[in-house]
Amino acid sequence: MEIALVLGVPLAGAVLLAAFGHRPWAPEANAAASLGTLAAAALLTARVIADGPMTALNEQVFVDPFNVFLVALTAFVAFTTALFSRPYMRTEEHHQRVNSARLRLYHSMYQLFSFTMLLTLLSNNVGMLWVAMEGATLSTVLLVSLYRTPASLEAAWKYFILCSVGIAQALFGTILLYFAAEKVLGPGGHALLWTHLHEVRGELEPTVLSLAFVFLLVGYGTKVGLVPLHNWLPDAHAEGPTPISAVLSGLLLNVALYAVVRSKVLVDGALERNFSGGLMMGFGLLSVVVAAFFLSRQKDIKRMFAYSSIEHMGIMTFAFGMGGPVAAFAGLLHMTVHSLTKSAIFFTVGHATQACGTQDMGSIRGLIQQSPTIGWGLALGTLAILGMPPFGVFTSEFMVLTTAMHEHSWATPFLLIALGVAFAAIFGKVQPMIFGETSAAPLPHRPALVPVFVHLALVLLLGLYIPPYLVDWYRQAAAFIG
Amino acid sequence: MSAALPLSSQLVNLLAALLLLLAFAMLAQRRVLTLIKLYAWQGAALALSTLIVAYITGHWHLYFSAALTLLLKVILIPWVLHRLIDKLSVRWDVETLINIPATMLVGIGLAIFAFALATPISQMASTITRSTLGIALASVLLSFLMMIVRRKAVPQVIGFLSMENGVFFAATSATYGMPLVVELGIALDVLVGTFIFGIFFFHIREQFDSLEIRHMEKLKED
Repeated sequence: MEIALVLGVPLAGAVLLAAFGHRPWAPEANAAASLGTLAAAALLTARVIADGPMTALNEQVFVDPFNVFLVALTAFVAFTTALFSRPYMRTEEHHQRVNSARLRLYHSMYQLFSFTMLLTLLSNNVGMLWVAMEGATLSTVLLVSLYRTPASLEAAWKYFILCSVGIAQALFGTILLYFAAEKVLGPGGHALLWTHLHEVRGELEPTVLSLAFVFLLVGYGTKVGLVPLHNWLPDAHAEGPTPISAVLSGLLLNVALYAVVRSKVLVDGALERNFSGGLMMGFGLLSVVVAAFFLSRQKDIKRMFAYSSIEHMGIMTFAFGMGGPVAAFAGLLHMTVHSLTKSAIFFTVGHATQACGTQDMGSIRGLIQQSPTIGWGLALGTLAILGMPPFGVFTSEFMVLTTAMHEHSWATPFLLIALGVAFAAIFGKVQPMIFGETSAAPLPHRPALVPVFVHLALVLLLGLYIPPYLVDWYRQAAAFIG
Repeated sequence: MSAALPLSSQLVNLLAALLLLLAFAMLAQRRVLTLIKLYAWQGAALALSTLIVAYITGHWHLYFSAALTLLLKVILIPWVLHRLIDKLSVRWDVETLINIPATMLVGIGLAIFAFALATPISQMASTITRSTLGIALASVLLSFLMMIVRRKAVPQVIGFLSMENGVFFAATSATYGMPLVVELGIALDVLVGTFIFGIFFFHIREQFDSLEIRHMEKLKED
């Protein structure tokens, strides 16, 4: 019942927003639909805490500690982003960068995107998971090109082609998985259900599964933004509207990583050695290092934070690759804090670029003078994402680093150097944007800064004190995937 | 292959070979219009082979899958593509900038690689059509190569669609098809994807006055 609500509310929202077209109240309706989804997700979470994992709709959808935590996070960030999107898109309309037809597309696709992400998370059928993931690409591709500028079209084309090709590889991997499962479970719908696969994972054919994992990792890894499959990510983040950058970075990358981790759990059961973990650690580490060195070369503020997302997705992939309860705990915590911090940063960046009329970091100056809240939001968000204590990112990065020192000491110098380089690059660029003489003009609509500070407060809280039930929850999920 | 193979399996093998041949033909084809025809033929080969597998095994959902393939990949998508190239007036477009012999050589290498990769897995398959898994993987890789070498938007998209054909062929040849609900979902995604590509072509043309990808290589790291 709760599952149907979680999926039904955003789907209904998408249909209604498309049917009514753009109205003055559409941004509020969008936020209301997201609030409804959040309420449904909260009900679902309460239900899972009380009753434990469950399946529904003829076992096609399921909830367990791992995905319910991501469902709650996705619904929450989708709601706060919808709040931020209200003044942001009104200002864009004021600047005549979008018209009402495009706003109709925007609001309807925003809800559809939430729906596809939640379906990806809740789907028990790995085939439907693939379908929903491709649906997430399809629903965002026209949003990336919303402004119809040459650069945005190019970014959307790249996003579409690269992610579609990637996802075709993932489909091949899914077929191989089905091929292995069919021998054990027999043909038909059950052989693709994750819960059934999980039960028989020890009996699945190892050679087929290792090949399947390579295809699944490359396929879904393209969407995670793992180097060298990351080319679409900085362009799509820089050229699309900022609320979309926030949900792409904060949510979609997480959802894609979730698909990789789900595949990893199955493959680990079938293989003796840590084949999947080694691959994920390799890709993760490469992403962290390459992204860190690209950071210092960026001129566009959204592009820079997109590279920072690649870096953080690399840290998570590395953590899940290491495996074990502590690393998996750290990976899950990092998913949460990165999602909250990065979306908060994009909220402030969105308002800052609107106030200055440019995304070029050389021309953004003195944000704190024009609007102290935007300036402080960006400053605190940047400190948080760079892993300064006492923010939560520090906690999770610290856990990843200490586990790496124990188990894979060769990787620690790479991680430390990359984190240092990233710190120097981002801090050096953000500091002059915040202080100094301002070039910014006041915004026509009051910026939505409550979401920024709510997110940052949550990240701070997670760094200082994680409530015991949340620790329990993370532990359960980590034990499940570790 | 022993001569004792029943006629139906031989037919499936023949169609598989045809699929691979069509993938090579697409790789070598410069004309947009002919590419669409080749794509439709590939869809027809796929539908027919699915139908034969359905007939041998008696899985009813494979009949459905064959009908879906026929409807979508032989009729609907080629029709949409025809409409598109008419409206964009790129019907007679010829791609001159690609080096066909070199591409073909790389393609042969890819096909050998695909067979080497698929052999150990094919031996485990219990399906009648197992020897075709290598062909399926080869056509996926060939379509991938086609997407890399093409400089125009429409052929790139046809490459993507043909890659999806190869993946679908893998599904029928290795496993007798995915469960129906998944196949329907995939078909929906492909259809919506084709329409979005269509919308995109118009946006790209509006902005750049051409459908050549080289206009869209500005976003680079300096």
